[in-house]
Amino acid sequence: MKTGFRQSMAWLHAWGGLIFGWLLFAMAATGTASVFKSEISDWMRPEVRMRTDPVDAVAAAIRYLSVAAPASSGWYMDAPDDRLAATIATYDVKDANGADEYRLAALDPVTGRPDAIRDTLGGEFFYRFHFELQLPYPWGRILASAAGMLMLVVLISGIATHRRIFADFFTMRPGKGKRSWLDAHNVLGVLALPFHLMISFTGVLTLITLTLPWAITANYGADTARAFADLDPGYYTRPRAGRPAPLGDLRAMLTDARARFGGDAIGRVTVENPNDAGAVLLVYRNDSNGVGYDGGVAAYDAVTGRLLSAYAEQRPAKSLYNLLYGLHMGRFAPSFSRWLYFLCGLALSATIATGLLLWTIGREKEGGLGNAFVARFTVGATGGLPLAMAGFFLANRILPVTLTGRQDAEVHVFFLVWGLATLFGLLRRPARAWIEIVALTACAWLALPLVSAVTVGLPYDIVGLGFDGVALALGGAFVAAIPPMLRKLRTVPKLRERRT
Amino acid sequence: MARPEPRSLAYRLAVASRVVAALIGGYGAAAAVAMASARWLPLSRAEAATAATLIAMLALPAVVIWVFAARSAWRAWAGPIAVIVLAVLAAWAAGGPR
Repeated sequence: MKTGFRQSMAWLHAWGGLIFGWLLFAMAATGTASVFKSEISDWMRPEVRMRTDPVDAVAAAIRYLSVAAPASSGWYMDAPDDRLAATIATYDVKDANGADEYRLAALDPVTGRPDAIRDTLGGEFFYRFHFELQLPYPWGRILASAAGMLMLVVLISGIATHRRIFADFFTMRPGKGKRSWLDAHNVLGVLALPFHLMISFTGVLTLITLTLPWAITANYGADTARAFADLDPGYYTRPRAGRPAPLGDLRAMLTDARARFGGDAIGRVTVENPNDAGAVLLVYRNDSNGVGYDGGVAAYDAVTGRLLSAYAEQRPAKSLYNLLYGLHMGRFAPSFSRWLYFLCGLALSATIATGLLLWTIGREKEGGLGNAFVARFTVGATGGLPLAMAGFFLANRILPVTLTGRQDAEVHVFFLVWGLATLFGLLRRPARAWIEIVALTACAWLALPLVSAVTVGLPYDIVGLGFDGVALALGGAFVAAIPPMLRKLRTVPKLRERRT
Repeated sequence: MARPEPRSLAYRLAVASRVVAALIGGYGAAAAVAMASARWLPLSRAEAATAATLIAMLALPAVVIWVFAARSAWRAWAGPIAVIVLAVLAAWAAGGPR
């Protein structure tokens, strides 16, 4: 802490940024990847090539689930759309010990079956990690929220630190060591500042009912059932009746829902209490039609086909909340806005990474165990993450398609690479370890299109070409980072020799 | 604020005091503002709860900035405590859950 407002803010910016910096970098990077969650899912399941009408695909998925998971408490499906070819189904089954086990499976849009499709979480992995951090509920979400809130504080204190924020934006002094990193940090941070502020604020907002439920408590007390019903009136639920009953004509209900959405596509579809007299079919409007996250929902008695309720949000405060939520999700068309999200996300990731580097560069001369730890830990924890992401994609192409537990194996590869990179960074001199990690990361990304072409064939559509393009661009960027680091490595020992 | 030598015990305690003020004061102020706004906003109770949550989300970073910008430790703590006391009184004055 320092005297003076600007100095206090600089202190808060540096230390606040350090505490969750590594975590925020991982959240920013996986969040950026999640912009193309559907496309990544498509790329990771090259076996799914056919495209069908979403209503047909969901009807086919339900036929399969009726056989594969008849005793499930609910089936949750994401209907395919322009961006995603497969139907993504989540459902619970009893495992060998009789305990509930949740499964995520991609179902072929035509046959409704998962048989020939490689078992993978696809883009869902980065999306889940982005806010659950692979920790048990609710701790991952709470930690992610805390990090997001700190991000907002760090952004505000970062703005307050600047004497001349506009002039700093036009300042770039390359090849000048710390000053260049500072300029890069400023340009990247200021360039997409509205995005950084928006994405931090709306990100915290997505989990706000978990982290800050006090407004709801104030108005509803212990009556949480009433609160949920009021806040989300479209969600229709009822208990299991206990009497078995076959599902009715679900295709007719899905078609009716589409008509209610003015012909717009269906999005998420859930069947609760399947094969019970209390079964409910919920159909949500596809959320890519508008910025807001909740476009409308229709609930049907899944046995008789009777419409139970239909709801589209009209209330101003909840609509504002949905709009802000949708801004964070960035699901709305057209693809131009998604690329903008992607680029801004890259800028945010790079801002955090350069910030962490600045923290260490400024304190090299001070020495001390803490500073040395930060410098070394940053190498693998930050630099190792893009490597782990490439490892995750490579595992998708290289692991045998029929491997059991393949979905988890890919995730294990991700954490193994990240962990090993972190260990490696702790053991090596940072200047060297950075070059080695970055070089390996460049190789991994550049190898991806090649490995993919050898294992599953050349890209045949826009998703495949786009994926290869991004992989090559990232690989190229990592290659470009190597020569300056080599130059620095050569000059540093010389300085040391001169001193002795 | 008077600036003790960095890395001295007094400096570390001063930092710890502000961090605690920011964490407890920041979250406490957000929670209290959420409760007061939820009860006082002239909206249905669901709408008021949603709007109040959005307002409260702005209170948290504002309090954290205040705590670290304040000139003295006394001021750093007084800010969030004042917000919490006023907001809790306002929430209480509005009566119980509506």
